[in-house]
Amino acid sequence: MSDSVDVTLNVNGRDHLLRLEPRRTLLDAIREECGLTGTHMGCEHGVCGACTVLVNGKPTRACLMFAVQAQGAAIRTIDGLAAGDALHPVQRAFIAHHGVQCGFCTPGFLMLAAGVLEHDPDISDDELLEVLSSNLCRCTGYQNIVAAVRAAIAEWRGGAA
Amino acid sequence: MKPAPFAYHRPTTLDDAMRLLAELAPQEGRVLAGGQSLAPMMAFRLARPAHLIDINAVAGLDGLAVRDGALRVGACVRHADFHRPVKDGALGVMLATVARHIAHYPIRLRGTFCGSLAHADPAAEWCVVAVTLDAELMAVSVKGERLIAAESFFRGAMETALEPEELLSETRLPVLSGDTRFGFAEFSRRAGDYAQAMALAVLHLDGAVIAAPRIGLGGVEAAPRRIAAAEEILQGEAPAAEVFQAAAGAAAAAIEPLQDPQTDAQYRRELAEAMVYRALMRACAPGGAEA
Amino acid sequence: MSAKAKASAGRVFGRSVPRLEDGPLVRGRGRFVGDIAFPHQLHMRVVRSPYAHALLRAVDVSAALAAPGVVSVWTTADIADLPPIDFRDPANEALRPYRQPLLARDKLRYVGEPVAAVFATDPYLAEDAADLVAIEAEELPPVLDAETAPSSFAPGLATEALVLREGYGDVNAAFPSAHAIVALDLDIGRHSGVPLETRGALARYDASRDVLELYGAAKVPHRNRDSLMRMFARTAAGIVLKEGNTGGGFGIRGELYPEDFLVCLAAMRLERPVKWIEDRRENLMAANHSRQQRHHVRAAVDSDGRVLALDDEFYLDQGAYVRTHGARVLEMTISMLPGPYRIPAYRACGHFRLTNKTPAATYRAPGRYEGSFVRERLLDAVADRLGLDRIEIRRRNLITRAEMPFSRPLSALGTEVVYDSGDYALLLDKALARIGWGTLKDELSRRRSTGELVGAGLAIFVDKGGLGPADGTRVSVDTTGAVELVTGGSNVGQGFATVMAQICADTLGVDYRRVRVVYGQTDRIAYGIGAHASRASVMTGGAAHAATLKLRAKALEMAAALLQAAPDELDILDGVVSHRDRPGGPSITLGEVARHLAPDSPTLGDRDPGLDAEGWFRASHMTYPYGVQIAVVRVDGDTGAVTVERYLVAYDIGRAINPMLVEGQLVGGVVQGLGGALYEEFRYDERGEPLAVTFADYLMPTVREIPPIEVLLTEDGPSPLNPLGIKSAGGGGITPVGAVIAAAIDDAIGLPGGVTRLPATPQRVKALLRANRQSRAAE
Repeated sequence: MSDSVDVTLNVNGRDHLLRLEPRRTLLDAIREECGLTGTHMGCEHGVCGACTVLVNGKPTRACLMFAVQAQGAAIRTIDGLAAGDALHPVQRAFIAHHGVQCGFCTPGFLMLAAGVLEHDPDISDDELLEVLSSNLCRCTGYQNIVAAVRAAIAEWRGGAA
Repeated sequence: MKPAPFAYHRPTTLDDAMRLLAELAPQEGRVLAGGQSLAPMMAFRLARPAHLIDINAVAGLDGLAVRDGALRVGACVRHADFHRPVKDGALGVMLATVARHIAHYPIRLRGTFCGSLAHADPAAEWCVVAVTLDAELMAVSVKGERLIAAESFFRGAMETALEPEELLSETRLPVLSGDTRFGFAEFSRRAGDYAQAMALAVLHLDGAVIAAPRIGLGGVEAAPRRIAAAEEILQGEAPAAEVFQAAAGAAAAAIEPLQDPQTDAQYRRELAEAMVYRALMRACAPGGAEA
Repeated sequence: MSAKAKASAGRVFGRSVPRLEDGPLVRGRGRFVGDIAFPHQLHMRVVRSPYAHALLRAVDVSAALAAPGVVSVWTTADIADLPPIDFRDPANEALRPYRQPLLARDKLRYVGEPVAAVFATDPYLAEDAADLVAIEAEELPPVLDAETAPSSFAPGLATEALVLREGYGDVNAAFPSAHAIVALDLDIGRHSGVPLETRGALARYDASRDVLELYGAAKVPHRNRDSLMRMFARTAAGIVLKEGNTGGGFGIRGELYPEDFLVCLAAMRLERPVKWIEDRRENLMAANHSRQQRHHVRAAVDSDGRVLALDDEFYLDQGAYVRTHGARVLEMTISMLPGPYRIPAYRACGHFRLTNKTPAATYRAPGRYEGSFVRERLLDAVADRLGLDRIEIRRRNLITRAEMPFSRPLSALGTEVVYDSGDYALLLDKALARIGWGTLKDELSRRRSTGELVGAGLAIFVDKGGLGPADGTRVSVDTTGAVELVTGGSNVGQGFATVMAQICADTLGVDYRRVRVVYGQTDRIAYGIGAHASRASVMTGGAAHAATLKLRAKALEMAAALLQAAPDELDILDGVVSHRDRPGGPSITLGEVARHLAPDSPTLGDRDPGLDAEGWFRASHMTYPYGVQIAVVRVDGDTGAVTVERYLVAYDIGRAINPMLVEGQLVGGVVQGLGGALYEEFRYDERGEPLAVTFADYLMPTVREIPPIEVLLTEDGPSPLNPLGIKSAGGGGITPVGAVIAAAIDDAIGLPGGVTRLPATPQRVKALLRANRQSRAAE
């Protein structure tokens, strides 16, 4: 083991004061030290995307970042995506379009979609499919996930003044 | 798949970074930039650096601008920075085209252009771009700086001319003239996978014939390179399918193919040939650069 | 009536209502086993064999024991008193010697085999310590091909653990007199379910009550509880399995593995909770593999293409040990291979062979994915040989509706194969009409004339589901009117709770959202069948229906007394009991009825207290849903890459409880099937080193690899075996995909019978193209 360092992680608007080894991944720090288990661990080598969170608004694989690197960044996870009882449009769309089966890949897809929606709502459908191909799902066969995200984007665009 | 322990350093100046690298490289110290290639290797414990020098906070490494006829790409410039053409003209469009083939969106947001070159995976897209365009790579250390030609930079799979204490601080890509045409073609099992073969064709049309052709192949040998045999066939010829075919065939014959269970030597050559052909078709398609 | 009103009216059976599971899941509030943590818990890390085949000489744990955070390290000596992992169901005695020990004893038999277990305070430290365990072993040559002559597994035991011969009719008489004999050699590649959540288990021993709790159970909690009881000599009440959320099962998760037993044992011996979460590399080399079979199949046919007899000899590559399923996959392959065709005479000989690879077991539609590939390739080959249309060939061989129920003198999962209902020809017609087969063929023809390599393939299959013999549930209503349905089922992501709630709500007359479904808790109900072999809808659904009917009767009887009416004059709508003909008249809520049925209620009378009931459903035979699938593909002539342009899955579900969920199962199954047909394979090098142990090497489809998938769901063949008419959906998407894609590729490259091996990787397809070009040039 190596010496632990002090790290403050800002997750969903709240600061977590932690003391951990530099090798602790951002994923493990969020899940264990911060106790936010909504972000899931699917492969730990950056392929499946189940661990996707937003770091300064950008979809990021939390398993490929060390917690110490995230000092000073604004991190958003699935645990903070809804505003209280009000679900985010992508969350509502996933329910309406049956985009969820086992739910393990769901947080990763939702954060990826939310990141795209908020950052690039005019994304072309082709680019959207490219973005969604970043994450793996084993249950749904993707069709309903794509439909859900398309619907959420349409709603987002429709509502934007 | 947790990484082995390491000590973490986060310099804020290039001088500090080089000093740390000089001190720690002999003690298994490595540079951490995007981390999209290094972190997985550490997760598998294939890489066990005792020290990580995180350069993401170093000032001045995110430069992306043209100076003296070259696009200078700083060490912390991300793949995603190329999504929209960074300048008008063939180079910007080419880089945007190639960037789309790299891994997936979230990885492109963090992974770096220079990091990809320093990592030197045979199937990495920027590596074949660098050798095809004769890029220059700036290696810096406490001993000073040196400019390395792309053609001598890639020594083998995951092997470069960088000394352990050197940092790749900048890559210089020559700005291409307005009439430069290019075509890029890649084959992979799935979208975003490492290429099993990729080709970059860059040329001019001098009147009705091809001039200054460059054919780069990546993903087919231990290191990417230009294939002179193919370029010689193209030089001075009018663009035509038969010429492209001949050049592609010469490229396929010229390589020492990488082999793995998915790709035996014969198949690798077939892929190389197909990609060179497609790259040339795209380069010479009406309308110029590949979309 | 609005959807909300309809839902409130309790008429949700057959409607695509949103799932009850989704709320927590989209918020990240699911509780997967990795999300649970207990104070002072230890983390287990398994040390695995780096050799495919070796004599184990010594395991040195001294350095690991001294590492920071390590509490204990076990090798086989520490658990010498424990037996190997037993079969879940009674299996052939011949297989017993091939069972897997919890930790390797004197031999290492596959890369990934558990050799030692480290218990430490943190998973990072546990992994550090595991790296320090030194294994001393003498390498032996590995067995990597199931077809080579059997060698020695152990003194007196060969690597051929079993040969299963089944059949009926006079096969020998059919071949000599046949118009033609068509023979094929076919390979299905090794692949598996690979759920997105890796395996995990968390055990806690409560000494104050002498109860061992295991979290992370899935699929068959009660059966697993029984296995653990036997292994640890504990009572049923002394072991409780608790299922939370599960990140996909597909047959892989929920079988008891060495790690599950080790976690339980450690929790008891070390007197601390013990948690184990597998990493992905471990998962790909240690969770059950499946599918790898090589078939040598022959058909004797008459001049019209009718199959007179089918003779199949095949080799199943079981890997290093026989796991909890015994030879089930072998049996399923044999019993379901004839599929929807008459096949008057059939002989199958399955060789169950051990090799030095990860052990194999059931993966979604086990034996049927493989068998469908073999059967449909054979039908295609028959058509090609006789110059007949591939669809016409199938029509001539299909069992007709008039022949239902159709009995095949074979057994599957202990029950005789009797197709309960079905109109295969009708579904075939519907599928062809939906895709516009005639127009499609013309279009493909036109495209081929321009040089494109495009083609279409089709396959028909029969699946099985609803395995009995029995299941029971308990349903109750509390004084607020909330309903609780307690089942012994399991939710692996398929929407089990929603489907059960729909059945219960519809039967009782309440909003399905007021029904809480309990599953996966072995201390809540004595018996359960879990969710596997596509049985939950039929068996647990049947039991839920039966229990709710009784509850409804009890409620109406009490309400009738209170409302001074006859029970058959009353109805229940949205939890309110009132006169059917006087909806605005006197009424009483179910909650109030429950209050009146409380043990101390003055109005109870002689009745049994409580508004609750138990119900059972029994089934002696399985149901047999069926489907037709069609794919259109384009092959890249230069690279051999296959792009699936279009996909139709037609499926008769009997009756759909929630069509949206059924479609979700079908589409998900198709994509897994595409994975096995084109991308996924567990390969080994000559030393037995597994080559696909990362997601960069084991390739699963992403959004970009999938075609638009159209679903045609029909209800033309409701099952007569249960009052709801339902069949099952678990295997309906995946089963024929390998066959469909192979047929489509053949059509695209103009090489009938070309694809004989899955996955049809670009390299393999390119080789076919090359060979085809060479043989044409030679003509």
